[in-house]
Amino acid sequence: MNTVIFRTITPLIVAIMLVFSVYVCLRGHNEPGGGFIGGLIAASAIAILGMATGAEAARRALRLDPLAIAGFGVFIAGLSGLLSLFTGSPFMTSIWLYLELGQTTLPLSTPLVFDIGVYLVVFGTIATIALALEGEGEEDL
Amino acid sequence: MGPGMDASIALVAIAPFVAALLAPLVQRAARPFAGWVLALVPAGLFLLLLTMVEPVISTGAISARIGWIPTYGLDLSFVVDGLSLTFALTISGIGTLIVLYSGAYLKGHPHLGRFFAFLLAFMGAMLGLVLADNMLALFMFWELTSVTSFLLIGFDHTRQASRRGAIQALVITNIGGMGLLVGAILVHQLTGVWDMSALGDEIRASGLYGLVLAAFLAAAFTKSAQVPFHFWLPNAMEAPTPVSAFLHSATMVQGGVYLLARTTPWLGDTQVWTLILVCVGGATLLWGAIGALRQTDLKQMLAQSTIASLGLSVLLIGLGTEAAIAAMLLYFVAHALYKAGLFMVAGAIDHEAGTRDITVLGGLADSMPVTFIAAALASLTMIGLPLTLGYFAKEEMYLGLVTGQWPDIAVLAVLLAGNAMLAGLAMLVLVKPFLGPVLPTPKSAHEAPIAMLVGPIVLGAASIVAGVMPDWLGHTLLEPGTLAILRETVSSHLSLAINPASVLLWLSVATWVLGYLVYLQAAAVRTLARRFEAALGWTADTVFDVVMFGLIRFSGAVTRLLHHGRLEVYLVTVFAALALALILPVLMLGGYDVLLPTAELGDWSAKLSWPDLQLYEWGIIALALVGLGAVLLAPNRLVAIVALGIQGTAVALIFLLLGAPDIAFTQFMVEILSVVILALVMTRLRLDERDHRQLEDLARDGTLALVCGAGVSLFLMVVLSGTLDTRLSDLFAATSVPIAHGHNIVNVILVDYRGFDTLGEISVVMAAGIAVMALLRRGPKRPVPPAPTSRRSQKAAS
Repeated sequence: MNTVIFRTITPLIVAIMLVFSVYVCLRGHNEPGGGFIGGLIAASAIAILGMATGAEAARRALRLDPLAIAGFGVFIAGLSGLLSLFTGSPFMTSIWLYLELGQTTLPLSTPLVFDIGVYLVVFGTIATIALALEGEGEEDL
Repeated sequence: MGPGMDASIALVAIAPFVAALLAPLVQRAARPFAGWVLALVPAGLFLLLLTMVEPVISTGAISARIGWIPTYGLDLSFVVDGLSLTFALTISGIGTLIVLYSGAYLKGHPHLGRFFAFLLAFMGAMLGLVLADNMLALFMFWELTSVTSFLLIGFDHTRQASRRGAIQALVITNIGGMGLLVGAILVHQLTGVWDMSALGDEIRASGLYGLVLAAFLAAAFTKSAQVPFHFWLPNAMEAPTPVSAFLHSATMVQGGVYLLARTTPWLGDTQVWTLILVCVGGATLLWGAIGALRQTDLKQMLAQSTIASLGLSVLLIGLGTEAAIAAMLLYFVAHALYKAGLFMVAGAIDHEAGTRDITVLGGLADSMPVTFIAAALASLTMIGLPLTLGYFAKEEMYLGLVTGQWPDIAVLAVLLAGNAMLAGLAMLVLVKPFLGPVLPTPKSAHEAPIAMLVGPIVLGAASIVAGVMPDWLGHTLLEPGTLAILRETVSSHLSLAINPASVLLWLSVATWVLGYLVYLQAAAVRTLARRFEAALGWTADTVFDVVMFGLIRFSGAVTRLLHHGRLEVYLVTVFAALALALILPVLMLGGYDVLLPTAELGDWSAKLSWPDLQLYEWGIIALALVGLGAVLLAPNRLVAIVALGIQGTAVALIFLLLGAPDIAFTQFMVEILSVVILALVMTRLRLDERDHRQLEDLARDGTLALVCGAGVSLFLMVVLSGTLDTRLSDLFAATSVPIAHGHNIVNVILVDYRGFDTLGEISVVMAAGIAVMALLRRGPKRPVPPAPTSRRSQKAAS
């Protein structure tokens, strides 16, 4: 499985997948996609990287412990819900903010932050499991 | 009362906790003087409480109320009346001396800061307990005293006996704590109030009186170490001596006595109340006194005598007459003063002479004169000689019982016997270590440091001062105290005058004479008491051990039964349950009827036709079937996993065609990742490459798979045969853009409409990740066992 072709092409695939995952996550509110799918794509990318370069190298490339990323995801998802409490609305009431940037309008919202949280949780958790399994596999084989 | 009073009452309950947080820092900064610095907190509270004495005498009670959980109408309400003020003053006063004493007793201990923190937190819990009016607040402080006393008793946690004592105290008092919670909730259900001061006759009139009484008595009896829950108290002696001096004089164990006194106005004064309290209290008094005479260790003698004193207090509350309640109040203060003093003396002797065994101690009066004076003052109060507080307590006890009726005479006899034994014990504690010939001790005895002497001397002096001021005592202690417990004004009649014609005097004299006889025959009494205990064989202490070990074994057995570690059985259970859950409800509600052909259809099989599908749609179905066949025929596990992926991809394609791109998208990703992860797990498990199964296993797994599949299909068909309620999806479709600003309804539902569900789900996902990490990390530490050849694939039923 660990062929030269696979190893050579992996960084390219992984880079494209990661960018695509962010794209899928951000467009999710209006078109097919969202944090969950984006997270799965990104996690697959890391799983592929782990197969090609080994779990340790993949972990180094991530820089952050994937489980910490997942924890941060839960944290900001919860936090995005708490923001509405400051406006006197119930927990998780969405807040929208439209930024005028020249020709275009950039909509920012607490559901977006929440979705990013979902992305990070899914990505972090699946990456943790995949890398842990790949790492163990290396030791055993 | 104004906000100033509210704030100061709340301060009393909260300040010790703040001090507890700061204690380790103070200890580090003011190393040799930490005890003196930290003692300022309880001392300040003591003075603050003193300022409330006058208002309480004039108004009867001060109450304070702070909003707590307004949603449930719960307030942190406190009440300061004669009863709670007496307890609070005693707790903070003795607490001050204990903090001072601990600083010297545990000097140089590496965890002294932690000790101070526990001690102050415990004191805060105790103060909150006696000041709380709201029953839930009372429960909270009650449990806090259990937890903090657990920390204190187990302070010396490297010793097994100490840990056992701590756990025992926690278990026993927590069982009672549950009783208190049940009682509080019952009372609230019956009357609608949480504040004890608002309760009147409602509970006594209610049919549930027995249950409420049982709940509160369970709490009081466990906390106050009444027979048969008394055994935790002597075991709690494993704590450092200052802790014992505090817990077993004015606090912890007095919590139960306090609770009984506090509940008397609305729970007491019934026949069953009197009967239970007098019997249990009397039994505890005698049992504790005999137990104390059995011991030769000073600390154990005092501990057992505390049980006796608690029994005495409970008995007095049970009697509930004016004289008995007055006696209870006087006895509480007298006992707190002399018991704390004697414990501190015992600690000083242990500290300076190196042993606490009265049979090897003697003649310490010369080398430890100040300690001797303190011990003498405390012992005289314990014996109850005139001019001490103990004298009044004893007079009041006997006062209500000289009626000549036989139940009173019986109680009087029990009291006389108990008091005599305690008096004899006091003489033993005073004479054996301090007088007589000087005996060699492990350490050459000398006077204890000043911080260890202040406590016993001050306490001893206090009981003498109180003993010569009967009018003041009656006015400040008795009258407000009995008003709080009996809710009626009682005028004090304490007097120093000795009336030789009074039978009370002769009862006191009888107590002293009997006590002296006990003292003289101490060795014989001890042998007798030991023989008695040996004859009993089983004690409540052994029962506790048996029950605890039984519980541990039981939970082990249950765990092994449910959590046996055989993956195959887990999976069979899960899928069997799934099949039942799918099929049974629909079957029982007659749901499958809609799928049956109706009668007017005639020969229905002739009317069946192939669905009109496009070629590519047939292609996808073929792909799914190919995947399924490949799973069944796969030569090894890896091929089976990949084949399952093919089948899943076909399902994803169907979703895509039916206009659910989001689900299809997710399905693709899940299929890919599950194939990857399953393949990785396979390599981890070191299974055989091939999947060997017995024929009967194949039959079982195959049946299960077919039933599950059929169940899902039939369930979906039933659901689709009815009319779908589309109100929700219509609402989402209509409002997705205007109020949620999103065109992708699936995503809007996930992150906005049902965002709270998603938050829960991602938390579960993360928890699953942590669990997987924990499982995998456990692996490398122990050698992986070789795979058994008949191990089955975990994909058994899918």
